[in-house]
Amino acid sequence: MSTPEFPEEEHEQVAGNGLLHRRLFLSQGAALLSAGSLGLMTARPAAAQALDPWLLTPGLALSGYGERSPFEADVARTVLPVAGTTGSGASRTPLESLEGIITPNGLFFERHHAGIPEIDPERHQLLIHGLVERPLVFSMEALSRYPMESRIQFLECSGNSRPNLASTPPQESCGFLHGTVSCSEWTGIPLSILLDEAGVSSEASWLLAEGADAAAMTRSVPLAKAMDDALIALYQNGERIRPSNGYPMRLFLPGYEGNACIKWLRRIKLTSGPQMTREETSKYTDLQRDGRSLQFTFDMDVKSVITSPSFGLALNGPGLYQISGIAWTGAGRIRRVEVSADGGQTWAEAALSDPVLPKALTRFRMAWRYDGGAATIVSRATDEAGNVQPLRSDFMAANGPQVSYHNNSTQAWAIDSDGAVSNVYV
Amino acid sequence: MSTFRRRRKTPCGLLSGLLGVIAMATVAAQEGPGLGETPSPEMLAAWDIDIGPDGSGLPAGSGTAAVGETLYMTNCFACHGPEGEGLLNDRLAGGHGSLASEAPRKTVGSYWPYATTVFDYVRRAMPYLMPQSLTNDEVYALTAYLLYINGIVARDEVMDAETLPDVEMPNRDSFVIAYPRR
Repeated sequence: MSTPEFPEEEHEQVAGNGLLHRRLFLSQGAALLSAGSLGLMTARPAAAQALDPWLLTPGLALSGYGERSPFEADVARTVLPVAGTTGSGASRTPLESLEGIITPNGLFFERHHAGIPEIDPERHQLLIHGLVERPLVFSMEALSRYPMESRIQFLECSGNSRPNLASTPPQESCGFLHGTVSCSEWTGIPLSILLDEAGVSSEASWLLAEGADAAAMTRSVPLAKAMDDALIALYQNGERIRPSNGYPMRLFLPGYEGNACIKWLRRIKLTSGPQMTREETSKYTDLQRDGRSLQFTFDMDVKSVITSPSFGLALNGPGLYQISGIAWTGAGRIRRVEVSADGGQTWAEAALSDPVLPKALTRFRMAWRYDGGAATIVSRATDEAGNVQPLRSDFMAANGPQVSYHNNSTQAWAIDSDGAVSNVYV
Repeated sequence: MSTFRRRRKTPCGLLSGLLGVIAMATVAAQEGPGLGETPSPEMLAAWDIDIGPDGSGLPAGSGTAAVGETLYMTNCFACHGPEGEGLLNDRLAGGHGSLASEAPRKTVGSYWPYATTVFDYVRRAMPYLMPQSLTNDEVYALTAYLLYINGIVARDEVMDAETLPDVEMPNRDSFVIAYPRR
């Protein structure tokens, strides 16, 4: 693999071990780099001068619903069902194979508690009751006439990145380690509109959201969140939300842990306090070192991960590479992502790719001249509220051995002299 | 979408219409078209299945651990083990005193703060392959059994809408509500 020629001033190193200035991505540098980052891609076959068959005959037929290239068939979620079930558990997004900020619908992570219900939208209804002036029930047809909004926002399971809580770093892909985060354009009805129609009582301060799955999954949600930016999501990336994401509708709470965003939403009950459901007492609570547990830790913290290079994506010799990754925060926008190529000794600021949206994945990129030796790359995000992603070592020191949820600490990848990438703790 | 009906009217129609246009154009808050229908009492009764921590919503019926043991061996032990020790799925009993250790064991007895949650969850979601198939008496009996194998109630203690909310769960006072933002 040859390295493209660059004017020397474009090579300005900004941190140790070959990190280059982010302006490489802000002007013509990006175009130059596209040739230099090919080390991560399949090698081109030599001397293929005969015309390929797709040049010589008309291609496949039109279709009603498109399929990706069969050459991409191995880009798939990691499916990890709960023992004894096929539909409960999680599947994780292959972050290492994706670019940009939108997760394709077929690769959006899943987390179900009793499988995926096959709901007939003509029989599905949404009931709003409890501490309201007027209990109301809505058909899907009625909801289709309500004003809608569209937003690009991430969804993350609070158990994401749990594998890295293990005492030794699992040698697994980026998606296996961190793939219960995904990002879509969500379109739906602001929940506040429906609550206003029902007339929320002054005694109400929470609501219970219930799904139409076989777990009748329930979570209590603060009324303030419901009135702020909660969405009854009907569409995902332009098409009707898929069964695995709550068809025909799900609750979407921007920046909140995924399990609170009840899928297959069928009922909202206004209450004076949380109902203390199984999920918010025995499951999604944060056991502390002293044996106490924190409840209703909804907010997803500032976080980032380098998706490429990462485990399984070996570097193909020295040269210019693009470090690419995602950052996100439940607190709003990502302000800055720093990257280190020397295990955290020195840091440089990565380029953030537009759009940088609140509570969405943000793509960051960094030019890197890899010298072919050993290197450890790691990213660290800061959000607009000033929250800084903790190093894993600091996170583990601050939390007890009981920690299970909300691991937002850094991910480090070590690259050896053969270009192989492994998961390491820093 | 000109068909959205404005629900609140001001006395002056012209001014109202003008303000309405401005509001639609500039303010994020919107009103809906008012297409919700009034649910029937039967629908509300059938759908309103959640139980509050104060026992609100608990139905008529009762059960004891003695009865619940038989139900458990029929419906539950294949996944949770004959003694609630966990098998394919969650451990339900034991673990008392383990929460502050390096190997915490979260069970109904060692961790769950409210006995009412046991009734609510078993009724809505268990058994895994046949949720909402048990009678209220059976759910009370199973709840009693799970409390019994954790040493929280006696084998012949009757669990019903009166007694269940008064059960003191050992870990009740260890939960801290961290909302708003911890």
